[in-house]
Amino acid sequence: MSDTDTIDAVLDRHHGDGTRLMQILRETQEQLGWLAPATLTRIAHAIGWPRAMVEGTADFYSFFHTRPLGRYRVLWSDNITDRMLGNTGLIDAMCKKLWLEPGRVSEDGLVSVDTTSCTGMGDQGPALLVNYRAVTRMTAARVGEMVGLIRNETPVAEWPAEWFAVDDTIRRKDILLDHGLVAGQALAAALELGPEKMLAEIKAARLRGRGGAGFGTGLKWDACRNAEGHGAHPAHYVVCNADEGEPGTFKDRVLLTSHADLVFEGMSIAGLVVGAKKGLLYLRGEYRYLLDPLESALAARRQAGLLGADILGTAFEFDIEIHLGAGAYICGEESALIESLEGKPGRPRIRPPFPVTHGYLDQPTTVNNVETLAASCLIAAHGSAWYARHGTEKSTGSKLLSVSGDCERPGIYEYPYGVTVRQVLEDCGAGFGKCDCQAVQISGPSGLCLTAAEFDRRIAFEDIPTAGAFMVFDESRDMFEVARNFAHFFAHESCGFCTPCRVGTTLVRNLMDKIANRHGSPYDIDELFKLHRLMQGASHCGLGNSACNPIFDTLNKFRPAYERRLMSLDYEPAFDLDAALSQARQMTGRDDAAAHFSAHLPNEAEA
Amino acid sequence: MNDTFQLDGEDIPFAPGQTIMQAATAHGVYIPHLCWHPDFSAHGSCKLCTVKINGRFGSSCITQAQPGLEVENRSMELDEKRRTLLQMLFVEGNHFCPSCEKSGNCRLQATAYELNMMSPHFDMFYPNRPVDASHPDVLLDFNRCIMCSLCVAASRDADGKNVFYMGGRGLLGRRVHISSESGRLGDTDFAVTDRAAGICPVGVILPKRRGFAVPIGQRKYDLAPIGEHVAEDAS
Repeated sequence: MSDTDTIDAVLDRHHGDGTRLMQILRETQEQLGWLAPATLTRIAHAIGWPRAMVEGTADFYSFFHTRPLGRYRVLWSDNITDRMLGNTGLIDAMCKKLWLEPGRVSEDGLVSVDTTSCTGMGDQGPALLVNYRAVTRMTAARVGEMVGLIRNETPVAEWPAEWFAVDDTIRRKDILLDHGLVAGQALAAALELGPEKMLAEIKAARLRGRGGAGFGTGLKWDACRNAEGHGAHPAHYVVCNADEGEPGTFKDRVLLTSHADLVFEGMSIAGLVVGAKKGLLYLRGEYRYLLDPLESALAARRQAGLLGADILGTAFEFDIEIHLGAGAYICGEESALIESLEGKPGRPRIRPPFPVTHGYLDQPTTVNNVETLAASCLIAAHGSAWYARHGTEKSTGSKLLSVSGDCERPGIYEYPYGVTVRQVLEDCGAGFGKCDCQAVQISGPSGLCLTAAEFDRRIAFEDIPTAGAFMVFDESRDMFEVARNFAHFFAHESCGFCTPCRVGTTLVRNLMDKIANRHGSPYDIDELFKLHRLMQGASHCGLGNSACNPIFDTLNKFRPAYERRLMSLDYEPAFDLDAALSQARQMTGRDDAAAHFSAHLPNEAEA
Repeated sequence: MNDTFQLDGEDIPFAPGQTIMQAATAHGVYIPHLCWHPDFSAHGSCKLCTVKINGRFGSSCITQAQPGLEVENRSMELDEKRRTLLQMLFVEGNHFCPSCEKSGNCRLQATAYELNMMSPHFDMFYPNRPVDASHPDVLLDFNRCIMCSLCVAASRDADGKNVFYMGGRGLLGRRVHISSESGRLGDTDFAVTDRAAGICPVGVILPKRRGFAVPIGQRKYDLAPIGEHVAEDAS
């Protein structure tokens, strides 16, 4: 098959529909290796979009490449938890064995090795992606074997299957993971109730969004249901946000692996309530390996009369499509996710209008988290009164926590809302006594950093709201390095739309690197605070607004971790002035004290 | 037009549907901005027009005016933030005003003067952005791009050509794409008479073979600061 035939076959499969551009680009790249200029031109022509728009999308996502990046592309997950498990040494070893610089493609075009944001394997790292397939539990021995397979050009499909094994590691079950429902049970109950009563149940259960913000699910569904579809193709849509990108989170991965029916059923219930016939599940690109099993699960549901027309013998019609993302954390923001679903760069929209009135294809759309949708099944099956008995007054039900970092038993822990941080730490074996737990980062880099004094606080919307990441750091960890890792994450993931976030996240990253390189001064810390104040108010979306949270938190709670790195109490430039003089010394043949910068400094700065 | 809101203590009348920026501009009050243009839908990306609306930060170009709003515009706090945003834009690109044909007509430079920006403050990034001289009549120097997207909007909405599109991600990735396989302007149907050719607030899109026709010192913002040109936007 020629390249053009390959491209045309992909385009045909997607009916030349530009809103499916993400899938068109991915499938094309999976077959051709990269997105060449002529490829983009052909696609643009077929979907009837300006070429620059197609290139704009291809250029936005980390997992699309508009230049060849090797027949083997190795991307190491670079979350702080991967770092703590020693990924830096493994990356170095891999690059050395391959005679490669990180980020560079080998001269023969065989391989490139680079880092990527957290791949959602915090419970079984160090993790990586090879040609966008997830690999867990990397070791030095595996690095050696992997390099051998790459050198011999063994197809990834023939690599040892156990490398690609992803375990659920469920450590504690509560009402959701122990649901005991069979496929169709919750949906049948919802159909019996009908949309109005089902909505009333969701409201009475006081279900709130599990993605972190905690917006009332009933309110959202109600607003979407009441909004009118408009234009030539009026419709309502249900979108499941499975773009689980917050570093340290992996609960949606587990739900989609072992409870996919529950998630699809929740989407169907949402469809029933808001009056949608179509649901879209936006799956993060890192979970590409889940696509085929999920498609099979959808097929089985269609077979069983749980999707499609006349669902369970009623007039209800609903079906679900899966869209795969391509490596962009920002797409977890609901309006950016919708942009991505429409084939565009994931850039948060100007709001209002909100997705409930103007969402996917400008139609009323409810975007809900995987866990929220799954939880709605419990309410359909058992009723709001039963559901509201779990958790707290303001936070009903249960929460899945993705526990990783310095603990004996990382994995998924489900608790009723209201559980204390201390309880979670005890259950996961975060060693009080042996090596004390120093801090917990909750809800990822944009969340909260808690110290021991705060471990009696509770996981609940009224105290610590969270999407579920729970990263544990023991006393041996350097909290400055944790914050610096997060600063790099935000600089990498900023979409670049607004000035404060686009430039600010990189300035923050550079300041953190400056301090790490022992060129920092109190002045730089003031600068960090100044950038925090600017970005927090002026940014376009939550990413920029919260990008300095980890810095702000650690600066307030772990200031010595910063201060012991500071060079002087005055200003320090980012470069080494004395080193800059070395050429002049060489040229003049001098190396006496007066030819060194330190000789000209006041004494106290020499220390 | 009976409804009003307060902008720095002054009553500003507005029509239903108008944003704070539109109402202020119509009333002759300057709110610093770079990516907003009265002829195109608001983009909301430069954030220079950030104001305080009932005590909360917001972009005046995308926030609807409401009766009774209390809006802070030219406070020390806000102008300080704007200065920092300007400094960010200056260090992100390569802005060498003395050698730039746009000097004196440049909105970035004029806004920096208006807000008393005295230095770039941050370390320069010195990005490596190639110049595109492929078009017979127009030169593109993306070293000066501030990612305002006005060329995208003008080419799309006024010229119906879609020559430009904003793509890429992050500080180094974000850029304007040209709608041709070569990525060169010369391979598009762009014309010097296009609206997009004259829309750039900085010196990215410049007509060829015309340099220093008006001497520096006698140009638009040399004669009157940018805040006094607000009436042009209102008309």
